[in-house]
Amino acid sequence: MPADDARKKRSGDLIDENLKKAFSETLEEGVPDRFRDLLAKLKQTAPEDTSEEPENDEN
Amino acid sequence: MTKTDPRDAVLEHIPALRAFARSLTKDAVRADDLVQECLVKAIAKFASFKEGTNLRAWLFTILRNTFYSERRKAVREAEDPEGEIVGALSVKPEHDGHLQMKEFNEAFQQLKDEHREALTLIGALGLSYEEAAEACEVAIGTMKSRTNRARKELARLMELDEDKPTELTDNQTLSIVNQSGHM
Repeated sequence: MPADDARKKRSGDLIDENLKKAFSETLEEGVPDRFRDLLAKLKQTAPEDTSEEPENDEN
Repeated sequence: MTKTDPRDAVLEHIPALRAFARSLTKDAVRADDLVQECLVKAIAKFASFKEGTNLRAWLFTILRNTFYSERRKAVREAEDPEGEIVGALSVKPEHDGHLQMKEFNEAFQQLKDEHREALTLIGALGLSYEEAAEACEVAIGTMKSRTNRARKELARLMELDEDKPTELTDNQTLSIVNQSGHM
């Protein structure tokens, strides 16, 4: 049934298209300063070579 | 000192984390707060990240676990999961692209969490099934079937297959009947 396949494909494409559109705005905003600053601050407070603290709790 | 800090790699994943957070929280402000918590946790336990493994999936897992554990806590405390009420705004019908997007968003918000997650990670953010499975801590097969079911459910909610639903169900039923007949 080629008509069905075409319909299914169209609906799949439409979903993908909408999904991308729904999040494109956020993705295109790049990294807000808020997070850039936060990351820099966090890195300062915890120096890179903290090989201790092997706590693996994922909550 | 010329050595790059491996934690700098976190930066490039922030846009995707924000998008995933919006999908989870359905709220832009809460989403960014969630990303902030995720970053704090990620840097605090960066030593537990195995270099060479998938940083994006690792970060998504932290974000996701933070969201669900907080929501569980909130529900326990308030016994009123009102955060779930979404999009109650009345919007004038517009007969253009906006309508389609609005319909899509409404349908998308109605999906089960696990379905919305799957479509966000795979359909919108382009993760592989493997990566998304890792992020959500489930098997790859589970992620695949969630994605397929999510697509079907979304199509149903958007009424993309309006004149087909009964037949589809019948086919599925039929195939199940046929399968069990061979057992």
